[in-house]
Amino acid sequence: MSSKRIPNWADVTLVPLVSVVLAFIISAILIWAIGESPWAAVKMMVDGAFGSSYGWGYTLYYATNFMFTGLAVAVAFQARLFNIGGEGQAALGGLGVALVLLYLPWPHWTLALLGASVGAALFGALWALIPGYLQAKRGSHIVITTIMFNFIAASFLNYMLVNFLRPVGSQDPSSPRFPDATSLPKLHEILGLFGIPFSKVPPVNISLLIAVGLCFAVWWMLWRTRLGYQIRALGESEPAAQYAGISPARITIIVMLISGGLAGLMALNNVMGEQERLVLNAVEGAGFIGIAVALMGRNHPFGVFLAAILFGFLYQGGAELALWTGIPRELIVVIQALVILFTGALDNMVRIPIAKLFSLRRAG
Amino acid sequence: MDLATLAQVLDSTLRLATPLLFACLAGLISERAGVFDIGLEGKILAAAFLAAAIAYVSGNVWLGVLAGIAVSVFMSLIHGVASITFRGNQLISGVAINFLAAGLTVVIAQNWFQQGGRTPSLTGDARMPTIDLPFAEALADVPVIGPIYGIFSGHAPLVYLAFLCVPATWFLLFRTRFGLRLRAVGENPAAVDTAGVSVIGLRFGAVAICGVLCGLAGAYLSTGLSAGFVKDMSAGRGYIALAAMIFAKWRPWHAMGAVLLFGLLEAVANRFQSIEVFGLALPVQVMQALPYILTVVILAGFVGRAIPPRAGGSPYVKEH
Amino acid sequence: MTTVTDQATRQETAASSAQVPPAIELRGISKAFGPVQANKNISIKVARGSIHGIVGENGAGKSTLMSILYGFYKADAGEVYINGKRTDIPDSLAAIRAGIGMVFQHFKLVENFTVLENVILGAEDSALLGPSRRRARGVLKQLASDFELEVEPDALIEELSVGHQQRVEILKALYREADILILDEPTGVLTPSEADHLFRILRGLKEQGKTIILITHKLREIMDVTDEVSVMRRGEMVATRKTADTSPTELAELMVGRKVLLRVEKTKAQPGDEVLRVEGLRLVDAQGVERLRKIGFNLRAGEILGIAGVAGNGQSELLEVLAGLREAEGKAWLRGAPLPLSGPECNGQARRAARIAHVPEDRHRRGLVLPFHAWENTALGYHNDPRYNPSPWRMDGAAIVADTAAKMERFDVRPPNPQLPAEGFSGGNQQKIVLAREIEYGPDLLLVGQPTRGVDIGAIEFIHQRLIQLRDAGAAILLVSVELDEILSLSDRILVMFDGRIMGERMADATDAKELGLMMAGMTET
Repeated sequence: MSSKRIPNWADVTLVPLVSVVLAFIISAILIWAIGESPWAAVKMMVDGAFGSSYGWGYTLYYATNFMFTGLAVAVAFQARLFNIGGEGQAALGGLGVALVLLYLPWPHWTLALLGASVGAALFGALWALIPGYLQAKRGSHIVITTIMFNFIAASFLNYMLVNFLRPVGSQDPSSPRFPDATSLPKLHEILGLFGIPFSKVPPVNISLLIAVGLCFAVWWMLWRTRLGYQIRALGESEPAAQYAGISPARITIIVMLISGGLAGLMALNNVMGEQERLVLNAVEGAGFIGIAVALMGRNHPFGVFLAAILFGFLYQGGAELALWTGIPRELIVVIQALVILFTGALDNMVRIPIAKLFSLRRAG
Repeated sequence: MDLATLAQVLDSTLRLATPLLFACLAGLISERAGVFDIGLEGKILAAAFLAAAIAYVSGNVWLGVLAGIAVSVFMSLIHGVASITFRGNQLISGVAINFLAAGLTVVIAQNWFQQGGRTPSLTGDARMPTIDLPFAEALADVPVIGPIYGIFSGHAPLVYLAFLCVPATWFLLFRTRFGLRLRAVGENPAAVDTAGVSVIGLRFGAVAICGVLCGLAGAYLSTGLSAGFVKDMSAGRGYIALAAMIFAKWRPWHAMGAVLLFGLLEAVANRFQSIEVFGLALPVQVMQALPYILTVVILAGFVGRAIPPRAGGSPYVKEH
Repeated sequence: MTTVTDQATRQETAASSAQVPPAIELRGISKAFGPVQANKNISIKVARGSIHGIVGENGAGKSTLMSILYGFYKADAGEVYINGKRTDIPDSLAAIRAGIGMVFQHFKLVENFTVLENVILGAEDSALLGPSRRRARGVLKQLASDFELEVEPDALIEELSVGHQQRVEILKALYREADILILDEPTGVLTPSEADHLFRILRGLKEQGKTIILITHKLREIMDVTDEVSVMRRGEMVATRKTADTSPTELAELMVGRKVLLRVEKTKAQPGDEVLRVEGLRLVDAQGVERLRKIGFNLRAGEILGIAGVAGNGQSELLEVLAGLREAEGKAWLRGAPLPLSGPECNGQARRAARIAHVPEDRHRRGLVLPFHAWENTALGYHNDPRYNPSPWRMDGAAIVADTAAKMERFDVRPPNPQLPAEGFSGGNQQKIVLAREIEYGPDLLLVGQPTRGVDIGAIEFIHQRLIQLRDAGAAILLVSVELDEILSLSDRILVMFDGRIMGERMADATDAKELGLMMAGMTET
């Protein structure tokens, strides 16, 4: 396949870009087919997502979720592990946050945030540890086990909510509200310190900064530490990693712990930051969107950051569309599916013609 | 639990097991040919929607069933093009198909019927009829035999078809030329290729059959088990079918056993909030999670190891 | 170099002007994989009812040629004639129809199918399997009695020995009524008695009028069983001989070619203390084949111990065991201290900590992470080095880049760019990156496998000099190479391996290629 080489820059930017454009074209055709104007839809989405600080707030709130879950998938993918379990790990992270905030006294939100982070990361990591261990030591396929663990997580959470966390007398399967002292500062409060006005409605909060920080931290871990070095070496070539004395089993388990921890930390944003209590299905598919985000971001934290913003835009813009037109929110799920299909599974369909173009140009 | 309740639970077990059985056999045939398919869920959902929609519009359930099969086969072919032709990642392709179905069904349903992403309720000929087995009525009052026979009577034709598919799949896989080649291509495609048989053709064949069976699963779900399509109505059945397939270690008769077990768990969970087993109260959530927990235990190899077809999940690339 | 070729071709054309058309004739076959020319303008005739051997070193292009004949690859140019008739072979089905059967080196069997199922796969009589099974059972019985090809039809392949699995492959071909049977390195996985049995089968098939092509690099087999033999070297067919008219020595010369002898300037070794001692080293692979049969030797500081042998006789396994990549039975000592051959302390990191460095045989798979930058590859295996890790939280990329740049300078790597991915360098420069990493670590013991495989002439000389320098600095070097010249010019002492055993030991200055070649072919010591 050496003749089918394409330059690195094209591989990193052109291939995903073409894939995304293809996904958007098909989505536009779909919008047109259901009798709406694609152009008007795009305009409405952009206005809704970026036209006001209200729109920005929601866009960034969603993007925060996707950064956590996107990073989780991307880190695992660096070791060539496909962690589909972000949904369950994020759900368990929510349980960790709820237990920490409800059963321990917190005098100030900063300490609560610290405690909740530990709870969220720990629960998410432990939920990923079992599939990781089974893959490393028993060879159980991690894709299947993480899918199974998503469902087990849903049932487990349901059980915990109904039997332990639900306040006496309540019908609703959700926990009581967290104490007021644990309420996280919203973005408008943070920006207010600098005198920048921002809408007070959207739930975007300090977790955004944590997510951005984690993008940087994960990048640092992967490319600036020897752990990251070992993870990437294992991902690129298991025989070479073995030659270098890197234990595949050990790295697999560590990577899954990190991945699960990152997914779990999403609970800081949705459970602690927005709902301020634990409800059923708090994750709302963000774990799966992480797959699309990671694929589109080429499993690079910086790419994940950008892709998360794009998906934040799609979710907020999609919500606006659903509000004002006949296009349901699920259109976003279609776009997400097409992005996964083109950037993930039909990669070669895009790559081969591009490679041909490059070899033509080189020849001519 | 009295006898009548038991009969009801078993009756509903058969109905709940039917879509699982179709989907489980679908996955079994695809994976036996070396193509992993975690997109069963999406195909069931898409078929459920289109079957209900066409049945409603045409007033004929069987046209609906055909439409369900058609859309499911179409999605199978997308999976085939991605994973067989372009040698893409089969797992990612499956994930994409699940989302595609989850999104498209609601978008189209909303646009078509304006009922919040569902189809109108099916009535009359748009609903799948049921078949009373001979003498069911006559035997109804006979003690013991009557209720037991009654469990098996009065189901939709697709229920009986699903259970007929078990011996049919077994026969196809183990007694025919196509089955021999199909199993071989999932174990060692190079053996098939050097024997002068097309690997790609066989795998597409298997993927297409998988589509047909998922189509039947979805069609039964929306026209037989329920009367119409609602958003996300597959509700994880594709994954349970996947679990059942692993649980059955890719063998048709065992697959039937697995889906009956998982169907029973669902039927019990639907009826009781908790159930006492050996003096231990099992909450409903445990019953819901049990299929998945059992599958993980099997995958971990603590109780009889589940070894998937050896060439599963990887595209075929020639090498000498 | 050219003289040998010309002579051979002339001889060949003179010898084969028979009336019966040859079973197979290839004319001008060429095949390239990217920049690598695997087959160059190859022509050959194989007489009907004969056993025709094709010999050549690893990578000479034998397997590619046969894969073309079996429709597995498409030739870029050239024609195939079967029984005098021009035949196109676009795929395996066409080859089968033309009466060609192939026994691949790596069997193409479905492991959890029965023998019977494997035999009928792709050659079923009808849509239902019943009739095929019944007929195949009868045919197998007949073939078993005709050709000593007994196999239990209902046994699963994975339960059979390798020798029996090979019989199934032959049965598959015969069941499809093949007239021409190609066997690619058939004895590589067989015990001597299994190999003898195979040769009896092949002679029996020949008596029935079948044509057999035997690809091998083992000269003894060629001499034992073939009627004619063709020699391939670097993608070219360099000679065809009547087996009766040639000798192992001549064939060995033809295989290796009279290439420029690389004279390496070196002084006589000054062996110091014993660095490595190995006793009773035994390795049985996953298929149950004994790859190393109780090997013992020692190695001293300041000497190069060369392991000569035809590929596949256990040298690779020996290297991997010593490098901690495979577990084995037996005992080993490094500078007098026990060296674990199994368990958690048997891994690449522990070996490096014990000052054992390793230049692996396969630099693409093991020695380098191809998509990694050159500087990242410099840290491969040394990623825990404190010089590279100022703190647990930071790997000092700049320090590694600087170190890599310096190494590249000293080893003359071109282009001297530490930021280039490893896959962007030529073979010779890739190997220099690996060597720089392992040599400059300053090991007490260096394990080297095929140091100059796929490396251009200029780099070969450089690499050889560096190895000598390392020896002179007092390191012990274990050198595995299938290039006899390399062994002869670098080593101070030479062990010859054959079939997992050490056939004998020679001092480099007291032996020659001829003597070693015979030992490599499994001829017992004289």
